[in-house]
Amino acid sequence: MKNSIGREIPENILGYREVHKYSSPFDKKPLGRRASPPLKQVKPDDSKLLSNIEEAIKKVGLKDGMTISFHHHFRSGDYILNMVIDTIGRMGIKNITIAPSSLSNIHEPLIKHIENGVITGIHTSGVRGELANEISKGLMEKPIVIRSHGGRARAIEAGEIKIDVAFLGVPSCDEYGNAKGKGQKSMCGSLGYAIVDAKYADAVVAITDDLVPYPNIPASIDQTSVDYVVEVDCLGDSNRIASGATRFTKNPKELLIAEYASRVIINSQYFKNGFSFQTGSGGSSLAVTRFLKKEMNLRNYRARFALGGITKPMVEMYEEGLIENLIDVQSFDLVAAESISKNSNHYEIDASQYANPHNRGCFANQLDVVVLSALEIDKDFNVNVITGSDGMIRGASGGHSDTAASAKLSIIVAPLVRGRIPTVVDRVNTVITPGETIDVLVTDRGIAVNPRRKDILESIKDKGLPIVSIETLKESAEKIVGKPKSIEYEDRTVAVVEYRDGSIEDVIKQIK
Amino acid sequence: MKIVKTGMAGTMESSDINITIEKNQESGIKIYLTSSVEKQFGDQIRKVILETLEQMKVNDVVVRAVDRGALDCTIRARVQSAAMRGAMSENQIDWGLF
Repeated sequence: MKNSIGREIPENILGYREVHKYSSPFDKKPLGRRASPPLKQVKPDDSKLLSNIEEAIKKVGLKDGMTISFHHHFRSGDYILNMVIDTIGRMGIKNITIAPSSLSNIHEPLIKHIENGVITGIHTSGVRGELANEISKGLMEKPIVIRSHGGRARAIEAGEIKIDVAFLGVPSCDEYGNAKGKGQKSMCGSLGYAIVDAKYADAVVAITDDLVPYPNIPASIDQTSVDYVVEVDCLGDSNRIASGATRFTKNPKELLIAEYASRVIINSQYFKNGFSFQTGSGGSSLAVTRFLKKEMNLRNYRARFALGGITKPMVEMYEEGLIENLIDVQSFDLVAAESISKNSNHYEIDASQYANPHNRGCFANQLDVVVLSALEIDKDFNVNVITGSDGMIRGASGGHSDTAASAKLSIIVAPLVRGRIPTVVDRVNTVITPGETIDVLVTDRGIAVNPRRKDILESIKDKGLPIVSIETLKESAEKIVGKPKSIEYEDRTVAVVEYRDGSIEDVIKQIK
Repeated sequence: MKIVKTGMAGTMESSDINITIEKNQESGIKIYLTSSVEKQFGDQIRKVILETLEQMKVNDVVVRAVDRGALDCTIRARVQSAAMRGAMSENQIDWGLF
């Protein structure tokens, strides 16, 4: 059974709920009411402070078969997830489903917990490193479920992911559970992904390495949603939580792509005083802001807001008065993490506010322009950011499909080839973002406009930009690198790719 | 072209290929390839190495190739250099071969 983007979707998927095929970006309508956590009572003399994680696991009554969640604001510096799972494994609890907002290289130790039956299900935005390789090779019996950031928030609010216990690492916290993204030992800025878990989980354990006096306010996660507080020595490796500052690229290819992309934006109908934008953290994507800045200064334009993963270049533009508001679900570097507690119009939002398609309107809906990257893009403009050209899982869905569907102008920036790997291909290995939500592809060898967007083509043609068809780009890539052999897969599904609305866009098969 | 000693060319940088050519005690050309793009381009890389050696009339060698996503033109150039070094003829290049 094929969905509307030509992807073969199995009728039934082991361990997955009823299959809904993807049909178009806003086709699937929400039904029912939001999920909600149980009512609780904490009396005036009760203490929430526990001595260690094991005690917290006992207190919340974690049992075989339950679902637990984590956030990925500590990225590849995160110690919490491994710490909690190691403890659960030692305690003999099995058959746990984990629902972290994402996974990174540091979570490789999960492999042994999967082999031992401690973990049997994974919901995540992405997976990397050896864990991703093993999952691609069929490590797990049940396929993992890949969701976008907005899609995860939606699934939690809809009760499709029911979190029994959320274990949330927080850089500072008081004994009553008021938590912030900045502490003495570690700092991650926005706690946007964790806030959703805190609101909807049946039980919430805040884990901190900086226990501060009550009240630790204003708090990102507040006392009314936290059951227990645990102090540990160290939440993570702060060098890997947020790198010092995102640096501008010097790579001439990336700069060329960024310059083209900025000229697409500047010539579009969306570039005006008070516009809004989001850029990813990739080299070209970040450099776009530099070119935009120049033109904004020239025309005396200010952006009303910048959304997303906030980075140093955006903070600089804010401080120079070029951006009025920073709307931050995740702070990408230390500069952004500092800024959120220092700059008055730098706001923390949660993942539902950011990009959930089934609430009463997310911030992404108000976006004019988004600049995104891609591992692969095909002739229908479908984008893959999850599997490598070898078919192995190696990336994350992130906010890619959310912002592409929501923004008025969505631009993909990517080199035509990476080494011997073509970026523009006949058919992407896995679809994360449907082509009908992508407007323009900018490469170092030319710019292709989605034929659906004749208006954009009209506004950027005759401006000295190298506009070509996406087929032409695909052929030039092939001329340079040759024709790659198709990847061979087994029949078994190792991952289900959910679109942000909960329909299935694609599945990832076990690698041969 | 007769290989008299081990010839090497290329680096381990990305987009390059490192080629080592040495005499094969048995007859024929044996290729040991490791590549970051084995699944997509492994066969193509072997084909280019073999064709380049045949063109240079190099026989009875063992080729060890460590590829980091080199393009065909790079692979050809590295194989040619390695073969000429192995034949100790890198200063007397027979351009007619190419």
